[in-house]
Amino acid sequence: MQLVLDSEQQQLRSTVRKLLADHNHLRSVVDGDETYDRVLWKHLAGLGLTGLVVPEEHGGAGAGHVERCVVLEELGRALAPVPFFASAVLAADALMALGDTEVLPALASGEKIGALVVSQTWGPSAVTATERDGGWVLDGQASFVISGDVADVFVVYTSDGWFVAEEAQRKTLTTLDPTRGQAKLEFAAAPARRLDAADPAAVLEKVRDLASVALAAEQAGGIAKVLETTVEYAKVRVQFGRAIGSYQAVKHACADLYSTSERVESLLRHAAWVADNAPEELPLAAAAIQVFTAPACFEAARSGLQLHGGIGYTWEHDAHLYYKRAKSSELLFGGQDEQLARLAGCLAEGS
Amino acid sequence: MSEFREKVRAWLAENVPGDEDLESAKRFQAALYDAGLSGITWPTEFGGQGLTAAEQQIFDSEVANYDLPTSVFRIGMGMCGPTIVDLGTPEQKARYLPPLLRGDEIWCQLFSEPGAGSDVASLQTRAVRDGDEWVINGQKVWTTVAHVADFGALLARTDADVPKHQGLTMFLIDMRDPAVTVRPLKDMTGRAPFNEVYFEDLRLPADAVLGRVGQGWLAAVTMLGHERVSIGGFVRKRNDPLAHANLAETARRFGRDVDPVVRAELAKLYAAERALVLFNTRLRQEAEAGTPPGARGSVAKLAGAQLMQQAVAVAGTIGGPRVTAWDPDDAAGDELALAINQAPSSSIAGGTDQIQRTIIGDRILGLPREPVLDRDVPFRELRVGTQRPA
Ligand SMILES: Cc1cc2nc3c(=O)[nH]c(=O)nc-3n(C[C@H](O)[C@H](O)[C@H](O)COP(=O)(O)OP(=O)(O)OC[C@H]3O[C@@H](n4cnc5c(N)ncnc54)[C@H](O)[C@@H]3O)c2cc1C
Repeated sequence: MQLVLDSEQQQLRSTVRKLLADHNHLRSVVDGDETYDRVLWKHLAGLGLTGLVVPEEHGGAGAGHVERCVVLEELGRALAPVPFFASAVLAADALMALGDTEVLPALASGEKIGALVVSQTWGPSAVTATERDGGWVLDGQASFVISGDVADVFVVYTSDGWFVAEEAQRKTLTTLDPTRGQAKLEFAAAPARRLDAADPAAVLEKVRDLASVALAAEQAGGIAKVLETTVEYAKVRVQFGRAIGSYQAVKHACADLYSTSERVESLLRHAAWVADNAPEELPLAAAAIQVFTAPACFEAARSGLQLHGGIGYTWEHDAHLYYKRAKSSELLFGGQDEQLARLAGCLAEGS
Repeated sequence: MSEFREKVRAWLAENVPGDEDLESAKRFQAALYDAGLSGITWPTEFGGQGLTAAEQQIFDSEVANYDLPTSVFRIGMGMCGPTIVDLGTPEQKARYLPPLLRGDEIWCQLFSEPGAGSDVASLQTRAVRDGDEWVINGQKVWTTVAHVADFGALLARTDADVPKHQGLTMFLIDMRDPAVTVRPLKDMTGRAPFNEVYFEDLRLPADAVLGRVGQGWLAAVTMLGHERVSIGGFVRKRNDPLAHANLAETARRFGRDVDPVVRAELAKLYAAERALVLFNTRLRQEAEAGTPPGARGSVAKLAGAQLMQQAVAVAGTIGGPRVTAWDPDDAAGDELALAINQAPSSSIAGGTDQIQRTIIGDRILGLPREPVLDRDVPFRELRVGTQRPA
């Protein structure tokens, strides 16, 4: 088990951090009409990051989940408004698990954006598939589709199995988290391609485990950034003649942020290593990580905002963006109830 | 490496005693020593094995399956011994370290006083020079294992006319000296694992000083550093009734494992326990790669204490009334109650949660320190504890 990054992985981290420092137009997305940063997406694609874990023969970089988590941590730190989670994680993982080779290269290169369509609790979506004229069509609605508003390709899980479709009516939803779009989709006799799987539900389980780890990576990055900005602020903000960081109430809250951040990072390094090296342990590691990380991330964002006082509550300050992202991520895919039930299930099985 | 694991496993299966009295604990420690399993990472010249952290990790993971009777040696092995390695003279090392590793001699740490716990540098036990000797008078409190200890590391004030951190000296003392009185002190579990210790004209030779005269604070900080690593290193014992696996088992026994609230709380506890275990593993891997944990040991200490409080809450949810009363013949009931009653000590002993948070804030995050009122004032003029120094 390797919980410490090697020098190449550290190098990857600095490269991505630098890229985001130079090209992340967070505010123009938050205050504009677009739900993602097209320019940044191109840069990420240019570095081969959009296809990081896709095998080289399908146009990807063939790297591991440890590396993808490093990238996701940086995207989470910077709250980069790009459809990476939807396309390079959810959709790409599903297509890889399904052995698709047609769409995968376009997602890997970043030329197309993918989205995953499942139910809110990771079951079959309400979309139905019908065989017609030797092909398949999809009908029905799906909501809360992450980055569904900007996706070109939909990977749809139905009670009849897995499909890929490109035509849907989409309605962009208003989101709590202004850095990640969601959409309501309507499929009306949309032509679709069926992706065969011996066990379609098992594919979903795998995608969901990897998604839990990937989301935790974003969250870990978010906590680390909140810690950093909060500690910096506590050193310079003076009240009652002293830097506020010298007051124990503030210092101790910062210490708790640090302690959270260190433990989340430990869970993350382990889960990512497991994804690459010990897949049989992944369901348990993936279930545990969201149970610890999602509420911890929200609490960190809330506490960081609190320690910034009135400035933290202003639109100009980024604190609210971390707060909104953390709450939104905590509630994805059934939220904590679902995560707890899942972990409890894993633990009961293992005993 | 797996060879070492096999060796440890086979040896433990053969040798771990069932009872827990002092004599069997000493016999067990001596047997560990003879088997080459005591002081695994200590230098061979002091009786250690000169092996690496990897072997230590293997040993720790194997002993987690047992309830070893070695807790009386913990302060010697984890704190006093390593400090003697750092600061002792060749004579002190040769005299004290091998018997310590063999378990022939038990050590205690004599820092805290009624007026000086978190603020240990404000202690009032005096050491006065008399010719070639030192004469000690004063009182210590909460001294773990002092009732069975052969030696102790004592922090005393040798100069009250300088600021409090500058006038301290550390001594290595013989606890069996008639000038030392040990009175057992009952803790909240009803047992007496710690003590009050009184010194009345205890006379010490000049070579009892560990480190240098007036440099006792440095010695104390060295020992406290070892203490945090030793406490924070944290291997969750399988037989700890508050460990996740055992609480889950208790829930099954009570038929509470189907309750959704119990399941959810157990799941949260599992995740928190894993986070801490993995954090400790990460610290060890970093140490092996050349980055010592430093003050990050405080994170392990603090998170360990928090985990304990969380486990107490889960135990209550699982047990309900069964945690409040049980059949006197039910050993499991006693064990769980003892664990619940012991839990608060993890937030106090070895530096309170507040003190750990302050360490993290000051030393890791580099936050500005609180204004200090006593740094440059001669100790004689300070207010300490709830009174003025004598
Ligand atoms: C089980 C057990 C075993 C022990 N074994 C030993 C031993 O073997 N040898 C030994 O020398 N000592 C031992 N101790 C003593 C232990 O180190 C002290 O109890 C501990 O350091 C706290 O000191 P105190 O009890 O004087 O509390 P105080 O320092 O009086 O603290 C009271 C409260 O005030 C808070 N507080 C104090 N100062 C600050 C501050 N600067 N900022 C914020 N909050 C503060 C504390 O966190 C605490 O909540 C043991 C204690 C226990 C419980």
